[in-house]
This record gives sequence, structure tokens and C-alpha cells, in this order.
Amino acid sequence: MRDELYQQTILEHNRNPRNFRKIEGATHAAEGYNPLCGDHLWVYMKVDSCGVIEDASFEGSGCAISKASASMMTTSLKGKGVQEAQILFEEFHKLVIGELKPDEKPNHLEKLTVFSGIWQYPARVKCASLSWHAMHGALEKAKTVSTE
Amino acid sequence: MTFDVQKFRKDFPNLSLKVYGKPLVYLDNAATTFKPQCVIDAVSDHYAQGTSNVHRGVHYLSERATIAFEHSRQIVQQFLNAKTTQEIIFTRGATESINLVAQSFGRPSFKAGDEIVISHMEHHSNIVPWQMLCQQTGCILKIAPINEKGELILDEFIRLLTSRTRLVSMVYVSNSLGTVNPINLIIKEAHERGIPVLVDGAQAVAHQAVDVQALDCDFFVFSGHKIFGPTGIGVLYGKQKLLESMPPYQGGGDMIASVSFVKTAYNVLPYKFEAGTPAIAEAIGLGAALNYVQKVGLEFIIDYKKELLAHGTKILSSIPGVRLIGTAPEKAAILSFVLEGIHPHDLGTIVDQEGVAIRTGHHCTQPVMDFFKVPATARASLSFYNTKEELNILAKSIYRAKEIFHA
Repeated sequence: MRDELYQQTILEHNRNPRNFRKIEGATHAAEGYNPLCGDHLWVYMKVDSCGVIEDASFEGSGCAISKASASMMTTSLKGKGVQEAQILFEEFHKLVIGELKPDEKPNHLEKLTVFSGIWQYPARVKCASLSWHAMHGALEKAKTVSTE
Repeated sequence: MTFDVQKFRKDFPNLSLKVYGKPLVYLDNAATTFKPQCVIDAVSDHYAQGTSNVHRGVHYLSERATIAFEHSRQIVQQFLNAKTTQEIIFTRGATESINLVAQSFGRPSFKAGDEIVISHMEHHSNIVPWQMLCQQTGCILKIAPINEKGELILDEFIRLLTSRTRLVSMVYVSNSLGTVNPINLIIKEAHERGIPVLVDGAQAVAHQAVDVQALDCDFFVFSGHKIFGPTGIGVLYGKQKLLESMPPYQGGGDMIASVSFVKTAYNVLPYKFEAGTPAIAEAIGLGAALNYVQKVGLEFIIDYKKELLAHGTKILSSIPGVRLIGTAPEKAAILSFVLEGIHPHDLGTIVDQEGVAIRTGHHCTQPVMDFFKVPATARASLSFYNTKEELNILAKSIYRAKEIFHA
């Protein structure tokens, strides 16, 4: 049997997404779009001169997994350096494809490990990683990121 | 006489599958249908006991394969009531059939400013080949609008038919809405203005009897796998006169009469359009599938599916928060819907845990999603082997999703 996908934390973030707004004067922003399921969101960040993410937010529409993932991502990004964000992106990516087992390997994911079972739902991996790809694209200065 | 669905269910090995320890409830028949044992046998017998190429060797196996392959063409001809087997071209599927017409019928003769009329409810496969043709020739794609029920607005469609219209290409039964278009009227209006009509019958063939001579359509396309046949095989029906006037779609073996480096003469119909070794086993499987449909009786299938649709519509409508997308009075057994507070994708995953297979997404009809202002829908599409009990299980699993989401 697969791990339960819709854990309470995910359902709760879906119902009450954090940082669900636009940042005026964002230094970094990118659009994430998954044409297959219609998930469509925008990620905004404000990075200060020292490379610290002062604020992170998102807007858009999508399934519970994509919304909860974006909500939890923006929460965990705040106060982190751009380098740390990139490391987190790598770790999250490995987590959702099942390459990183959080119990076995040290990591920085903390609460984000709630997505550790999603690799058992291959059709839903893209939902969880959409906002992360958008965030990564924003830091790399891409305007639109598609997971197709 | 009641339709004995349990008797026919035994013909489909896939129907006895269990997923996550629960009996599979397969409600994704608009995507593809399950195959009866006789189709599986026909394909496997060809490979186990009859593998050979067609139209080539003089040896025993090749002759036998050729006879079986051409016999399937005959079965298709009778199924569609085409005049001759020369009008039946085997393709990879409805998509390839439409591309063939776009490139062999449209491309050589359509000019800049010429118009092609489709509808707002087309599958991407009846949109993109025409957009490509427009880029190649400068012709223009015109879109006939639909209303809130998901019906074609006939007056608006007629208004789009002008002296510049070169072709109408229209879906018979919508895969995302279930709408059955008044195809007779559409063809009549177009023909009164001398405009040929292509009918996309991908969903129609499993939903109703098709008689291409009675319809008088100029082209008719469908895919084998949506009517209990194998994947990789489909059909283009075309009126002989039109097909004869068209250049080949692809070059290669089988489509030629003679080849030299100076001049190549093309083969006669239907071979002119069948370059290369065809999907032989799949074509034989399609023949077996159409024979199976005849054996069950299309008229029983149609009546029983109406019952299923009525039951499905009733129980889905009774669930608070469900909004049906596509409510045309003339409708095939396709139930597209959205559920308040739960994204279709999440719903699809949750009902899957209960063993229920539905499709979620845009169903390759993004313009339809845009029209109804939804990013996606959940879709239960029914076949004659489905039961009312299975629809009840779908309803139960939707309630389960509502529980999880507190929706």
C-alpha cells in the first residue's frame, strides 16, 4: 500500500495557503505552468543586497498538492540565502522523485518531508514540484517555467 | 429483453482486475476501451501462427495474412456502409487520418484567404492539423461557437459558411462534453454551399450506428482502440472521387505501382495512402472488434448506455457541489464534471485509491475548458460493460473525497 498522499499538513495548507499574494517590488518572479493539469501559478521573491530572501509568496490556481507545496515552499524560503534556496531546491527535487530518503540522509527539508511519499504517485510529482521549478527559474531569471 | 451485461463482462479479461485490492471500476472509456478476448486472440494468433507481411510474398503465410488484412478492410467497409473497400484507408488512428486529409487534400489546393470551419468543442487533433495547414498555406481557421450546455450554435455555424470556405471539419460526439452534434444538418448546410465535410467520429463509432452513405460525409475518421480494437490502427473513409484526386500522404513501399529513378507511378486506392508495412495484426484485431460489436448488437449497446447515462447523471447531480460540464439534451455516455472545493486532479487520485479510474485534465480540449472557465474537469466515460453499481461506487468515492477535503 502506498503512503497516504493527503496528509493533514497538506490539506491544511491547501485550505489556508500561506503567503498567497503578490509582492509589489519583487526582485525575482516567475510563472509556473503545467498545461497537462492546468496548474498555473506565479512565484515572487524579494531578495536583499546580501542575497537573503526577505519575502516569498505565490498566486494562482491548482490542485491541493501544488498549492500546499507552494505554500510550504514560500514559508521555508523566508530568511534563507539564495544559495540555501538552491540547495533546498535540489533536495526537494530528489525527495519527490524518491531519490532522497529523509530518514536515511541528513538534509535541510524539515517540514517539507511531508512530501516524501509522493514518488509513489508518479502522476502527481509535477504538481508538488511546480512552484519549486518556478522559484528556481525566478532565481535563474527565467520568466516562465513549464513542467511539460 | 434486458441487456445481460454480466454475460458480456466475461469477454473482457481486464474487467476482473483488482487495483489496491479493490475491484477495478473502469470509467475512462473515452480515452480507450478494454479489449474482448476475441480481439486479443486475433492479434496474438497472427503473431503466434501467421506472422507475415502483406501484399508481397507468394508464399502461404503471406497470402493468408493478406487475406485476413483485406478481410478486415471489408468488415470496416460494411461497418461504415462505405460503397467500396477502396474508400477505406488504414491509418494509425483518427489523428493521423485528419493529418492525412489536411496535407493531401488541403495543402495542394487551399490558398491564402481560404477558410476552414471547425467548432469550439474540437479535440486538439481536429484543431492543430488545420493550424499547421494555415501556417503552410495562409488559409484561415474559423471557429463555430458553443452555448452554455455545450451545444453547437447552429445559426452561428451557418453564418461562417461563405464562398471562401473550403472545408468543414467537425466532431460528431465531443470527448469532453459528450455532446452529439446534429451532423446531418451540418453536412446538409455545408453541401448546399458546395463545401466538403470531414466528420471526426473517434467517439461516435462506439456510441451509435454510422452510415457514411446516408450521412453523405466526404471524410470520416476513427480510431480502432476506442471501439474495443487495438491501438495503432485507425481508419480514414473518403469518397472515392476525392481520394483519387489527392496526392499520396507518405512515400514508400506498397503505395507504388512501379518505381524507377525517372518516374514513379502510384498504386491505386486504397494502397496509394498506405506507404510501408501496415499495422497488420492491429488491423486484423480491429476487424475482430467490429465483428464483436455486431455480435453484441449495437442497438442494445446504445439503449443500455442511455440507461447508464441517465443513472450517472442522476446520482452525480444529487451530490452537493457537483457541476456537470456538458448538459446537451443530445448526449453520449460521457459525464464531465467539477466538484466545489476539490481540484479534479485531487479527486482523480482519491477515487483511484477506491479502484475507480476516471480521467482528469483538459481532455485535449483546452478551448472547451476555457469556455467553461475551468482549468480541468473530472470525466467518467462509460462503455456498455459498465454497470449502475459501478456508477454508485464512483458516487461513493466522490463522497469519500469530500470527507477528506471537508468540502
